[in-house]
Amino acid sequence: MAVAIEFREVTKTFKGASYSAVNHVSLTVNEGEFITILGSSGCGKTTLLKMINRLYEPDSGSIILFGEDISTVDVVKVRRRIGYVIQQIGLFPHYTVGENIATVPKLLGWEKAKIAARVDELLDLVGLEPKEFRDRYPAQLSGGQQQRIGLARALAIDPKIMLMDEPFGAIDSITREKLQDELLNLHREMGKTILFVTHDIEEAFKLGDRVIIMNEGTVRQFDTPEAIIRQPADPFVQSLVDSAKAKEAFWREYL
Amino acid sequence: MTALILNYFRENSGRFWGMLAAHVQVSILSLGIAVLIGVPAGFLCVRWKKAQKYITGLFSVLRVIPSLAILLLMVPIMGTGTAPAVVALVLLAVPPILMNTVAGLEGVPPFMLETAEGVGMNPTQVWTKVRFPLAMPMILTGIKTAAVEIVASATLASKIGAGGLGDIIFAGIGLFKTELLLIGGMSVALLSLLTGLIFAIIEKSTMKHRTV
Repeated sequence: MAVAIEFREVTKTFKGASYSAVNHVSLTVNEGEFITILGSSGCGKTTLLKMINRLYEPDSGSIILFGEDISTVDVVKVRRRIGYVIQQIGLFPHYTVGENIATVPKLLGWEKAKIAARVDELLDLVGLEPKEFRDRYPAQLSGGQQQRIGLARALAIDPKIMLMDEPFGAIDSITREKLQDELLNLHREMGKTILFVTHDIEEAFKLGDRVIIMNEGTVRQFDTPEAIIRQPADPFVQSLVDSAKAKEAFWREYL
Repeated sequence: MTALILNYFRENSGRFWGMLAAHVQVSILSLGIAVLIGVPAGFLCVRWKKAQKYITGLFSVLRVIPSLAILLLMVPIMGTGTAPAVVALVLLAVPPILMNTVAGLEGVPPFMLETAEGVGMNPTQVWTKVRFPLAMPMILTGIKTAAVEIVASATLASKIGAGGLGDIIFAGIGLFKTELLLIGGMSVALLSLLTGLIFAIIEKSTMKHRTV
């Protein structure tokens, strides 16, 4: 299996901060893996993600995508190879749904017919009827629908890597559950490499082939959900697993 | 009174339309120049934070000076006529356009800019495709404020020989003719309302996504 993403001793400290947001992280993600990054706020998970599409630059260390050190590649080119989805979704409110999805293809100068076909294809893929949604504005959509569009936009030019920063964080739990299942299906069909940041342990374990558990800028454990649950690497991971079990027990009382 | 007004139009309609045209001309010219100064200056303020202090400082001082004072101050510098009037009106109109451009551009949420970068827009595209379009409602509001201010102040510009509807009003004051005051005053008022209306239409047609 080819290596998709490799972190080599990556460190990032923000100006004025006394600690490192990301502290000497080294890890390897294989092509086609669905990786979730779990941690509480401030643990460095978003920083780790944003260094991959160079929204942040590491202070030291290097990040390699498919064998290429990204610091040597034009930053816009790096980003156009990567799909990016965030919690706030960030659909452009002055663009229609179709125009939002077409953002990157347009930047790349695709032909109109090709763009239109791709937009409809993607709307179908994320479960929205093209005819009905193509010409609407984001303000006319529910949160769940908006995030489907966010996902479609990120998939527009078929990037090999998808970065997702708590994409379902602001979505109600029923819709979230559904979107998680659909994302898993999409991943199975398309075999993309996905890095998915979340602070929700159930979400992390449900979606991830492997889970990165971060705390205070370091990776505490990087393994399959099963291995983490069976053998937590340190007291922090143990406490995370325990908290999930406690929640589970709470629900069991009512069953 | 109605008879006097009708009589005025019977005898002077040519002159009236001439003055109206002059008024509109001076206003549009001043607004155009003010937009060409205010919007780029606002952009510079946001792009280079250091410039902001000086540019907004300068214009907020200018804003405090009453319009009549600015108009009259132009006379010793540029003499009388249309040119000094336009300069004075531009000075009046730049602050609202500048301030709203700054507020509009700074009001675009950071995550929106980050998404734009994240999908692979280069810095210029982030400005032209996302930041300016999203700031547009605020910028238009600034231009509208400036336009209404210009139409009103252009009346005073007739004091320094720029012509326009102010000529009728000042003639009315000088000759103590109420009908001239009414004609001049009403015309300026209608022109201001019309200006507001035009901008409302522009806003509506460019901001489809906000009205749906």
